[in-house]
Amino acid sequence: MRALVWHGKEDIRCDTVTDPEIEQPRDAIVKVTSCAICGSDLHLFHNFIPAMLPGDVMGHEMMGEVVEVGPEARGKLKKGDRVVVPFTIICGECDQCKRGNFSVCQTTNRKKYLADKVFGHATAGLFGYTHLTGGYPGGQAEYLRVPFADATHIKVPDGIPDEKVLFLGDIFPTGWQAAVQCDIQPTDTVAIWGCGPVGQMAIRSAVLLGAKQVIAIDHLPERLEMAEAGGAITINFDEESVVERLNELTGGEGPEKCIDAVGMEAHVSPSMPDTVYDRAKQMLGAESDRPHILREMIYVCRPAGVISIPGVYGGLVDKIPMGQVMNKGLTIRTGQTHVNRWTDDLLRRIEEGQIDPSFVITHTVSLDEGPEMYKVFRDKQDSCIKVVLKP
Amino acid sequence: MAYYISNIARSKGDPKVLHAGPSSLGAADRMAKALGWFSIGLGIAELVAAERITRALGMEGKEALVRAYGVRELGHGIVSLSPDKHLGLWSRVAGDGLDIATLMTAMRHDNPKRDNVGIALAAVLGVTLLDIIGAQGVTARHSRPRGRPRSYRDRTGFPQGVQAARGAARDFQVPPDMRAAPTLAAVSDRAPQERARPH
Ligand SMILES: NC(=O)c1ccc[n+]([C@@H]2O[C@H](COP(=O)([O-])OP(=O)(O)OC[C@H]3O[C@@H](n4cnc5c(N)ncnc54)[C@H](O)[C@@H]3O)[C@@H](O)[C@H]2O)c1
Ligand SMILES: [Zn+2]
Ligand SMILES: [Zn+2]
Repeated sequence: MRALVWHGKEDIRCDTVTDPEIEQPRDAIVKVTSCAICGSDLHLFHNFIPAMLPGDVMGHEMMGEVVEVGPEARGKLKKGDRVVVPFTIICGECDQCKRGNFSVCQTTNRKKYLADKVFGHATAGLFGYTHLTGGYPGGQAEYLRVPFADATHIKVPDGIPDEKVLFLGDIFPTGWQAAVQCDIQPTDTVAIWGCGPVGQMAIRSAVLLGAKQVIAIDHLPERLEMAEAGGAITINFDEESVVERLNELTGGEGPEKCIDAVGMEAHVSPSMPDTVYDRAKQMLGAESDRPHILREMIYVCRPAGVISIPGVYGGLVDKIPMGQVMNKGLTIRTGQTHVNRWTDDLLRRIEEGQIDPSFVITHTVSLDEGPEMYKVFRDKQDSCIKVVLKP
Repeated sequence: MAYYISNIARSKGDPKVLHAGPSSLGAADRMAKALGWFSIGLGIAELVAAERITRALGMEGKEALVRAYGVRELGHGIVSLSPDKHLGLWSRVAGDGLDIATLMTAMRHDNPKRDNVGIALAAVLGVTLLDIIGAQGVTARHSRPRGRPRSYRDRTGFPQGVQAARGAARDFQVPPDMRAAPTLAAVSDRAPQERARPH
């Protein structure tokens, strides 16, 4: 089959690879009908997240049709079922899964020995991600083996186009969880850094959950325009001071809730000197991430507020003002998304017409064009916001 | 080798590469990579063999300068191999200028190694040309073209419009482990424990 394969930094190829096979009784094979490129894939593309190996198949946002089911997954899945595959592989039985903390499932990381060493304790297996999370082949491919498939799936009815439900596997619940963990009150201002796909979903979620005002920050005009279309007030950080503007919009008090939908690769600009410092340290291997957003959020957030971090961080960050966090009594919530915790509810909201996540798609191409689209998405060319691939 | 290790790290049902297809690296990117590694190689040479270089060029006494240039080359190399390769290659072009200026000072008539300096100058000029081509190539490949971006003004994501969407999910119960500290919600004068949650 064809698949997008990681060969090294910025080197992703559309290769011919062997077809996946059922290995474990709980496995299923899914024929992928649609998949997407995520902002997290860009961190892997840049090799900023450690433990990728040449030959790894990329992709963790995918859906399709079940074509083969292992004996122990048969009760829950059958051939022909239409499923979205969550990016977090879950067993559904361990303590963490029972609590709904699916992204830290204790069972599914097959490289647990590695992750235990690096993270202290292993987290869930993830598709198309680093070997620290199991090194499972991803779904930017024609076929995908889904381990623990009896639990790791979201069934979707026929009759809804792929585009409307595909994002249930990652960015929609990610934006949703980012907003939910802010515990939004009707009096709250929610500030969201980053208007990429995750930021866009977080904006829609904060609007649905009834925030008083939602403020979105980025510098790409097309993304800011999409944010505004979704009901946000926008700040272009190239043109105005984020901190000043946020204070102005909140009567000088700062936003109660702050969401980081940017992560470890904050834009580098001499107008934000800390980003240049981080970039230099990152190149020398003295710091893995560029945490400009964290610094800005912690600074501007209202005391006793919440900092919600869906943005991915890979390792070690520098100069985090813990004194501000502590004295202001901020709550920090973060994590890979507990996808299946939210998807029943979100599928219902899509079916009822409360939201249609397909608004974010700007490019639909074949799998062969995938390598080039990594570049287009990364370089923000052609007003690209979200790429869907059709294997 | 890397592929060998990575195949050990996989299980038997995982896909293995049979043959490679088109890559996300363009010709300009490959050139940047080659020039980046060239910088690193040259930098190391300048650091460890400064004496031999100055002797060959009749520039004895300038070892510290050559070593400093070695460090500079390493810098160019690291940046050229990073995602910000355009910066790396343009910095190489600037560095080439510095190298040329320095070599010109050794083109004195009384320098017995003048021929070597000439050869070195020719080499640097050749590399400068490659650097300029590479820098222009990656800049063109990766920059955002000017002009108006597409308009996404109608992409609300809300089939019933933004106004109808505001608060439409207030029926949602935030799970207890994701509630915020009650201090934030203490806007009413009732005791916090009596106060009904707004959603
Ligand atoms: N927690 C999870 O489970 C999860 C799931 C999906 C994605 N993510 C992460 O979410 C993040 C965003 O993903 P995406 O797909 O939207 O990526 P993206 O790269 O398309 O979007 C990032 C956006 O941030 C903007 N940005 C950069 N610097 C900024 C700054 N200083 N202030 C404001 N905005 C800035 C960029 O212009 C860009 O529009 C990534 O880190 C990704 O890895 C996390
Ligand atoms: Zn993702
Ligand atoms: Zn589990």
